[in-house]
Amino acid sequence: MDFPTHLRIQNLSVSYGDHLALKDVSLDVPDKKITVIIGPSGCGKTTLLKSLNRLLDSVDGVKIRGNIFVDDEDIYDPRVEVTHIRKKMGLLSQKPQVLPMSVFDNIAYGPKIHGTSDRKKLSRIVERELRAAGLWDEVKDRLHEPASQLSVGQQQRLCLARGLAVEPEIILGDEPTSALDPQSSRIVEQRLIELKSDYTVIVVTHILRQGRRIADYLAFLYLGELVEHGPAEEVFAHPKDPRTRAYLTGEIS
Amino acid sequence: MTLNKRKTEERIFKFLMMASTVIVTGSLLVIIGTIVVKSLPALRLTMLTQTPKGGYYLGKEGGILNAIVGSLYLASGATLLAVLVSLPIVLYLNLYTKKASALATFTRFSLDVLWGIPSIVYGAFGFIVMMTLGLRASLLAGIFIVGLLELPIMARAMDEVIRLIPQALIDASYSLGATKLETALKVIVKQSLPGILTAVLIAFGRGIGDAASVIFTAGFTDSIPTSLLQPAATLPLAIFYQLGSPLLEVQQRAYASAAILTLIILAISLISRVLIKKFTRHTIR
Repeated sequence: MDFPTHLRIQNLSVSYGDHLALKDVSLDVPDKKITVIIGPSGCGKTTLLKSLNRLLDSVDGVKIRGNIFVDDEDIYDPRVEVTHIRKKMGLLSQKPQVLPMSVFDNIAYGPKIHGTSDRKKLSRIVERELRAAGLWDEVKDRLHEPASQLSVGQQQRLCLARGLAVEPEIILGDEPTSALDPQSSRIVEQRLIELKSDYTVIVVTHILRQGRRIADYLAFLYLGELVEHGPAEEVFAHPKDPRTRAYLTGEIS
Repeated sequence: MTLNKRKTEERIFKFLMMASTVIVTGSLLVIIGTIVVKSLPALRLTMLTQTPKGGYYLGKEGGILNAIVGSLYLASGATLLAVLVSLPIVLYLNLYTKKASALATFTRFSLDVLWGIPSIVYGAFGFIVMMTLGLRASLLAGIFIVGLLELPIMARAMDEVIRLIPQALIDASYSLGATKLETALKVIVKQSLPGILTAVLIAFGRGIGDAASVIFTAGFTDSIPTSLLQPAATLPLAIFYQLGSPLLEVQQRAYASAAILTLIILAISLISRVLIKKFTRHTIR
């Protein structure tokens, strides 16, 4: 291991009933970098991402083997509190999923359930995270309006701010720009690049160009198998595995 | 098939659909029309403001305040009771059990069976329990039985709306480190509030309109109940007894009672619609 990491995936296999979605995946995720997981749809990217914050738990008939360590804590250890693991990771889903409440309350929701009740403190958190997500100027006059009235691009940045408000260590993005228009996509990508100075970012995408724009570290998943991973420039320039090469040149998609 | 044949087919089915629609809306109009016309001779303000004079079976004077108040007490109590049991059931089914688990399937099946049991059976069941315990017909017993009658209706209706909530919304709350309970109370209930209120309303309507379940359990009386342990009159039973009277004037009073019951249900629907609009500012569509 030649980079610092606090997120290690070891021999992770996930199956849904008879279908094996991930096959023996091992990956160390570099700290404070953007790790992009690419691969064709159905290759297990989302499964991998959701295994990291244990959202897979609620899926019917799922079986998970292997270990995931966050800060040397095995997150699938039955003694580990699942809310404690999830708090460490902010999730951006494919479609922005705002909570049925105001813009302010969307962001205050996390801090509130984790024990912050002081209104002034909450206001400070809301402003700080909205600024971090690049949304403050657009919504500062409509904090108490329903979050569902924001545009889709704004909603995705709100979800980013909401995730940041619980002070995570890791940001997970599950094709976070797939529902957005090109301009909003760029804004979200830009935010992720800025955030990597403070957070470890993992983004799943099937858009190769996006991978090239934001990735520091690249992992290629194909049919549930982690085919190749390494520093993004290296993998993009000199893919070792013929399957990676085929994917990068568009022969398989 | 030739184009002409397809066109004829289209016309026939369109006609059948329109006919069905007319039957439904038409029956509603005919029912309301009948009630209004037949009740006109008896419809007076005193119907609303006085208790019966001369007995509910033969009395031509006074009103049905006893039944109005009794029905409102009974249906409100029963609905409250049903909410207190339904909401935990549906939140448990949707957040704490796996979708295809045997427990969830069995619970939903049980609710469906309970829904199908005729209300007279609920009444008879309540009566047997009361006999065993040595209790007399009372408002409280009526509330319990009507609550039980409303429970499956309310729980299944709530279940249908909560099941429609996207998993992604639940995941969004979980991924912020929320527990299942926090997610249930702060996100699920908030998002499905219109559906929950509708479920409550449907159950209330069923409860206030049911005669068979209260006939042995809540009993009937000419006075307004002042305690949970006294018997209580209800509007459906008032209609039933008055319709059974040999006197035309009393029969007309039955229609007036029906009109009042219909109006109460209508008023509650309208009020709750306004409330739903107010409560759902934040709901994600």
